[in-house]
Amino acid sequence: MKSRIRWPGLIMHVVLAIAGLLCLFPFYWTLVMATNTTSDIYRYPPKFTFGSQLDDNIHEVLQNVAFFSSMANTLVVAVSTTLLVLFFDSLAAFTFAKFRFPGRNALFVILLATMLLPAQLGAVPQFQTMAAFGWVGSLKALIIPASANAFGIFWLRQYFQNSIHDELVEAATLDGCGFFGIYRNVALPSARPALAFLGIFTFVASWNDYFWPLIVLTNPDHLTLQVALSSLNRSHGVDYSMVMTGALMAMVPLIIVFVIFARQFIKGATEGAIRG
Amino acid sequence: MTLTATAPSRPAGTTKPRRRRSIRSYWRFYLALSPFYVIFIVFGLYPVASTILLAFQKWDGLGPRTMVGFQNFRFLAEDSTFWLALWNTVVLFVMSTVPTLVIAMALAVMLHSAVRFKGVYRIAYFIPNITSLVAAAIFFAAVFSTNFGLINSILRSLGLPTEDWLRQPWGIKIAISTMIVWQWAGYNTIIYLAGLQAIPTEQYEAAKVDGAGPFRTFFLITLPQLRPVVLFTVIMSTIGGLQTFTEPQVMVGNTGGTGQSGMTVVMYFYQQAFFANDYGYAGAIALSIFMLVLLFTAINWKLLGGRGRQ
Repeated sequence: MKSRIRWPGLIMHVVLAIAGLLCLFPFYWTLVMATNTTSDIYRYPPKFTFGSQLDDNIHEVLQNVAFFSSMANTLVVAVSTTLLVLFFDSLAAFTFAKFRFPGRNALFVILLATMLLPAQLGAVPQFQTMAAFGWVGSLKALIIPASANAFGIFWLRQYFQNSIHDELVEAATLDGCGFFGIYRNVALPSARPALAFLGIFTFVASWNDYFWPLIVLTNPDHLTLQVALSSLNRSHGVDYSMVMTGALMAMVPLIIVFVIFARQFIKGATEGAIRG
Repeated sequence: MTLTATAPSRPAGTTKPRRRRSIRSYWRFYLALSPFYVIFIVFGLYPVASTILLAFQKWDGLGPRTMVGFQNFRFLAEDSTFWLALWNTVVLFVMSTVPTLVIAMALAVMLHSAVRFKGVYRIAYFIPNITSLVAAAIFFAAVFSTNFGLINSILRSLGLPTEDWLRQPWGIKIAISTMIVWQWAGYNTIIYLAGLQAIPTEQYEAAKVDGAGPFRTFFLITLPQLRPVVLFTVIMSTIGGLQTFTEPQVMVGNTGGTGQSGMTVVMYFYQQAFFANDYGYAGAIALSIFMLVLLFTAINWKLLGGRGRQ
């Protein structure tokens, strides 16, 4: 593209770089706080460099919340939610994208309409449902309701429509492949980039979920990381070094996942916005 | 399990079926779709329908439910805390969304014409968006805190008066919206950048031939072309903004802080349902949030001309 708006080059690069640094600064500052003592941070002017207190701070965090069990809970929830979403959503999306059957259009309209319902609207009855099922305080209460969603089906359906030729489905049918066989042998392998995005997206959302776990996880020994972190903040608000260490520990796994898959993830996220 | 050539797996797009088939022969498709619909009915539709009913009832969660008609809504109309929460939510929404989208647009336009490091910037800008709200809220509370917060340290070193940010009504709002801007500006930048890259070059060339300057080009070509993308970001921000909960809840606590100035409608809903156990009233609040989201989405849609008009 030749004729873009011409910005004075240097100013532009300075602004872009400053914006980038501002985006990353909280991570740096979190690391500074996590490696120093709270009194170092209390100092004026504050300390801007890394200290050597990380071990002590981590130790403190572990003493105040059941960090590893929260981490394990979060991992169980995020991984199972992601796998279930990938399976259920892709199965439904493939069906919508490539087959005709009575009621297809009506079902799809219903699916789209469900995206308009804000989740919080149903929190009270949903809690009652969980109580009736005996799931209050259990990780099932987080996994099962999140195990299939309209967004993923809608998103994957578009992908299947564009990337799988009807001829391929027909050929597989003629070869004697059943519906689930076509799903497994044709649909899934061809949708890997789309599945990767939906998988990371679901994992991140599940890892960071706060509102619903806060309501339904009533037992302080069975929290997810986000709820544990907020309780750490609430009860030890003064010891910022320790609380920030907890925050750091809670986001490191996610940052690692993101950095590995960043390109795919960003590509997927923008595609949804541009096409959607 | 094998399907024949006349099987239901007739790909979409071909014409009428050769033979009418019994609905039962489609069972595989319905089975494939069933997980979503079962989960939706049990954990989506039923709770929402039940909430709508709840909004017209009085219920403490234990005793019997009694129908009270519009009493919850009448109460809501006179409840100053609800109006305060609504006001806070809208103010926070405006204070965070406007800067977010303006910054995002400026950064996207610059990034679009930047040649180097585009990939690095994209990743850096996106990172705040995947960070946990709770961790980010704790961080921003630390940065805005009174005694040793970074903001006050900077103000002090510049010789400016410091502020008790998280104990001042406006300070709380500034801290919360700063955090939202930080988390979402980069995300929207990436979305706008993708939109910019999809604009055909010829239009810019034509504008150049006509002698249009950079600003005219931006307002006459770039912005109108980006309309669907802008609409997408505005609607997403609206839906997110009207449901703000985690940021204030973590930063200033369940009460909403000084003068409840960080209390949002979702926080008020949470408080009425799970602390006051006034489920009917909470239902009425939830319903009003839903109405609000619909209303704002409709307004945005109208203002920005929807998708059909270009």
